[in-house]
This record gives sequence, structure tokens and C-alpha cells, in this order.
Amino acid sequence: MTQKDIDGLVDVKNGFISRELFVDADIYKQELSKLFTRAWLLVGHESLVPNPGDFYTSRMGEESVILCRDKKGEIHVFLNSCRHRGMKVCRYEQGNTSLFTCPYHSWTYTTDGKLQGVPLYKSLYDGVLDREANSLVSVARLCNYKGSIWATWDKDAPDFLTYLGDAKAHLDQALDCRDGRDGGSEVIGVHKWVFPANWKFAAENFLGDTYHNPSHRSVDLIGIGPSAVSGKKGRRDNELEHAQHVWISFPAGHGVHSAIQPEANEYIESFLDNPVLEQYFRHCYEERKRRLGDGARLMPFVGTIFPNTSYHGRQPRGLCAWHPHSPTSTEAWRFFLVDKDAPSEVKDYLRHYYMRYSGPAGMTEQDDIENWLYATAASTGTIARRYPFNYQQSMGAYTTDHPLGGELSLQVTEQIARGFYRRWASYMRDADWGELLGLPAGNREAAE
Amino acid sequence: MSSALSQTKPIPAEKCAGNPSIARTEHYYRLKADVEDFYYYEADLLDARRFREWLDLLTEDISYFMPIRRNVKFGQHEARENTRRGEGISWFDEDKWTLTKRVDQILTGVHYAEEPLSRITHMVTNVQIKDARPNLDQAEEVDVASRILVYQNRVEYETYTLVGRRNDTLRLVDNSWKVCRREIILEQNILLAKNLTMFF
Ligand code: FES
Ligand SMILES: [Fe+2]
Repeated sequence: MTQKDIDGLVDVKNGFISRELFVDADIYKQELSKLFTRAWLLVGHESLVPNPGDFYTSRMGEESVILCRDKKGEIHVFLNSCRHRGMKVCRYEQGNTSLFTCPYHSWTYTTDGKLQGVPLYKSLYDGVLDREANSLVSVARLCNYKGSIWATWDKDAPDFLTYLGDAKAHLDQALDCRDGRDGGSEVIGVHKWVFPANWKFAAENFLGDTYHNPSHRSVDLIGIGPSAVSGKKGRRDNELEHAQHVWISFPAGHGVHSAIQPEANEYIESFLDNPVLEQYFRHCYEERKRRLGDGARLMPFVGTIFPNTSYHGRQPRGLCAWHPHSPTSTEAWRFFLVDKDAPSEVKDYLRHYYMRYSGPAGMTEQDDIENWLYATAASTGTIARRYPFNYQQSMGAYTTDHPLGGELSLQVTEQIARGFYRRWASYMRDADWGELLGLPAGNREAAE
Repeated sequence: MSSALSQTKPIPAEKCAGNPSIARTEHYYRLKADVEDFYYYEADLLDARRFREWLDLLTEDISYFMPIRRNVKFGQHEARENTRRGEGISWFDEDKWTLTKRVDQILTGVHYAEEPLSRITHMVTNVQIKDARPNLDQAEEVDVASRILVYQNRVEYETYTLVGRRNDTLRLVDNSWKVCRREIILEQNILLAKNLTMFF
């Protein structure tokens, strides 16, 4: 895409983003080739493959990949396509195996992706076929970050933590135990569903689009939170009642909505419907405060790690990958997280809460999806496409010298979305990694 | 029972799927007709959007469950194909409180995923009594298997057809049937519908 094309689509300065980004087949194709081949993408979680030989089939962009723990215990991610004629070598979702046997002509691959068996090798291929060069296609880089597995197809991509930048402190809180210990979470289930909306609607929803709150009026009226039976309205308990909410756009395109608790930082009663939970979360809160000190004041809420991974840092806690499925459809995968060593009553309560909140049967998320669908559908028209979306909310209302980094706003803002599309434009023009990370021009070499 | 039916030779118990004590006797067919009638009434309430009255057809201790189905290797279906009631994440694993909340939400009039309301038809077929307690003659609790087809049309162009199996336990309460346990098994892996706002 030329600079001129991109300027016509993404006008961050004036706050306009073309609808073409959400409906156009050509732009979608370019996203697949320029963006999803370079950015770090969420593949899964180590708790899905706890033992040697365990595999879990996942997706990166539009393509199927296999997340696999080899015999030695090392984690790999491969393209799920045979090197011979492309047959999908694994069509099971999850399991344990010592070999992947291609159903088509029976080439076999070991759990570290190496081509092992080739029927009639001696008579048909001897001296020609290089097994090593015909392994399953591996991702270029892989990272197990606190149990969450990320990968990129770009060998020149910076390491994952560099990619995350200052968004790390926020994502951490989705991945860490409630009592502040590093990691220690497990996936208790995965939702997968397809909905007819462009993937960026979903990504943007979690980029601090707090403004869409009114769309959840129905669930707020009836109350489904952890203290709903005790009479509290709303879709969750307001644990951040006294906190200073912050909305931060990070230079690599990530965005978060978090909150900073006041200095006194006292536990706010939530989970009133169940004394075991109330006690557990109160205990975790105090422990976290003890462990992290002043750092415990930072509370996560939601965010999107560029381009298509979103998280819920409190409840319903989890990671969500918004896989592109077509210009106007998305395949959503939501991985629900709990502390691995939480009491079973806590886990049981949380899974129920997650199910009634999230996903296609979730009383909250249903209304989100409805909006994404009809916003996509009503933007496909010739006339509609002439009129860009408006992103002028809270223009300029941010600071760049807050200790949390990024462009930080104390009010609801579309600055995060503007930051997202600024970075989206960099990928579209094949920018170098210095620009993709949003480094100031002077510091760019360091990243390459 | 009509004379035509009572003249039919009952299917011997060992040829009936499920509990072999459920032979196709006259009592069986009478009970089945009764249960079918109940299902038609239930479908009518749902399709007429009489959600509150539908809730009355569920016992207070109802367990309402829809597993997520997985692609598993031959031989592992029994153990791993469906997520389980009471464990992890499914599409639904609910009680009366949550189902009531779902109805309350639709009735707010601002649940946009059902506003405007969808047009929905429920078809129930292949009804078979799998067990009756204490017996077919004086059943107070029955296990029933059926197939269900739920057609949804939303706003203008959106349509979804969800097809699956349903395994129920019905209980006689004050002389009418109520659902006390329901399992809905959709024939899908990745859900090919944006939302599950309807009841099954
Ligand atoms: S396509 Fe896999 S062996 Fe031929
Ligand atoms: Fe939302």
C-alpha cells in the first residue's frame, strides 16, 4: 500500500478512519500478509499441553497451527499443513501423540515437527528428499510468557517483552495469580465461535472503549455480578469504585484500560454471594499488597495487545484471540483463566460467572457482538464507505510523562484506538521494527 | 389409547434403545404422547415469547446444560468429545437463577442482541422415553431423549439453524410435567452462530 493510499484511510491527526478497513477484501488480504505475518500473536497456554506429547490445535491469523510439547518437554508451534501436499496433519483439537501421521500419503512428523516417516522412501525418494528441510513449518519466534504462548512468523521481530513494552504491567495482571505471584494460572476452558463482523471491532472493544457502556444497559439493570443475589446491580462488582481509571495507548499499538487504587488501597467487598469467595479474594488482595507494595495499586481491567489479543484482567478473567476469518467475519477464541491452586469452590464459582458473562451465551458479550455485526453490515455499502468512522473523542487529552508510560489519559478516550490505527498503518507500509514498536526515530536502530 | 395402537404388537424390550425395561407397551405410548404434548406446549410458549410462563415449566432445581463438542480421535468420544456438566467451560451450565436472569434481560427491552426480538421456531422430534420412575404406568419422573431443531431469524437477513439432541428428565409436579434436567447437544464444534440468545 502506498503512503497516499494509507493516508486516505487512516487520518489519526483529524480522527477519521475509513470504513474500508472494516469491510474491504483487498485491505483484509494485506492485513493477512503484512500484519499477521509479523506481529506477535497469542497461540494458547501451556496448561493446554501439560505433558510431553500433548498438542493443542490453534490458529494464527487465518491459518491452523499446532501447539505441541515435544518428548523432551519443549514447546513448539507449527503450521498445521503437510509439506507434501498440504493436508492438515492434525484435525483433533487436543490430545497426546508421539507422531502426527498425515492422512493423505502417510508422511509422519515427530512432536518436534521433524519429518520422520516417508512411505517407500528408499525406492522413491532416496538421495533426493531432505527430511530436515521438510519439517513442519515452524514459527520464527516463540515465547512462553507466564504460561501464555505467543508466536510470530517474522524472524526479525523483537523478543516478546520488547514487543509488549510498558503494556507488560497490565497484561501481567491477567496472567498472574490473584495474590500477586507470577504466572500460576490455568485455562479451564475455551470458547470458539464465528461471528459476522470485522476482527478489529472486537480488538477495539477491549482497547479501552469504555464509552460503549450504555450497550450493556440490559445486563446492568438485571445484575449478574458476584454480588447480584445480595442485591448489587451491574454486570460485575465495582472493585475499582475509589480508583483513578487510566486509559493508555502504548507506542507498539497496544492499549489498556486500568485503574490505580488510592494510596490507602483497601479491599472493597465483592463476591458477597459466597463467603468462601469473599474470603479468598480478600486474602489474595492482602497478599498481593504485601508482595507488590505500592505496585499493587495498579489494577488491570481490559486491554488489547496489538493486533488481536484482548484480555480481561479482573473478572471474567481470560485471554481472547480475535482471529480474522474473512473481511466481515471473525473467529473468536476465548481462553478462560483461573489461579491453578485456587480452592475448587472458587474455580467452580468463577466458571459459572465466566459462562454467564462471556462468549455467545454470555449475557454481556452478546450485546457487544450484536453491535459489531450490524456496524460491519451497515458499513459495506458504496455510500457508507465514503464516510469514515469518527475517532475524535478526547483529542489531545493525554499526557506522555506518566510513570506508567505511553499516552495516558484520565478520561474515556479514543486516543488508544487512534494509536492502534497509527500502528496498523505502519504495518501496511511495511515499516521497519523500529517504527512498528513506535520508537522515537533516534532509538530505532536498537530494535533491529 | 386408540384401537389401532393397542392392536400393534409391542416392540420387545430388548429391541428398544436405552433401558430394556422400557418396552413399547400401551403405557409407554400413552406416556410418550403426554410428554410430546408437553414439548409442543413448551415450544409454543418459547416461540410465542411467553418466557415467564416458560420458566414455570422448569423446576426450581433445574440443571440446564449445553456442552462444547470437540474433535477427538476414534475411540475417545465417550471420554472426551463433550465438555462435562459441573466442570470447566461449556456453552451453558446453568440453574434456575441464571435462566431467570436471561429472561429478565430480554424483558428489559434493551437487550440489543434480542431487540428487536428474533423470530424463532422450535421443532421437537424423535421423542423416546428412556426411563420412567417408578414405572411407565404411574410415572412421576421420566428420562426423555429427543431431537431439536431451532430456527432463528433476526432483524432482516440473519438466520441460524441449530440442530441437536436433547436429553431431559421431566418430573411430575402438581400433576403437570416440569423439566428438572436438560442436556442440549448441538451438532457443532466451533459454534457457527454469533450468539445463543434463545432457549433450547
Ligand atoms: S499430503 Fe501429507 S503425505 Fe501427502
Ligand atoms: Fe462490552
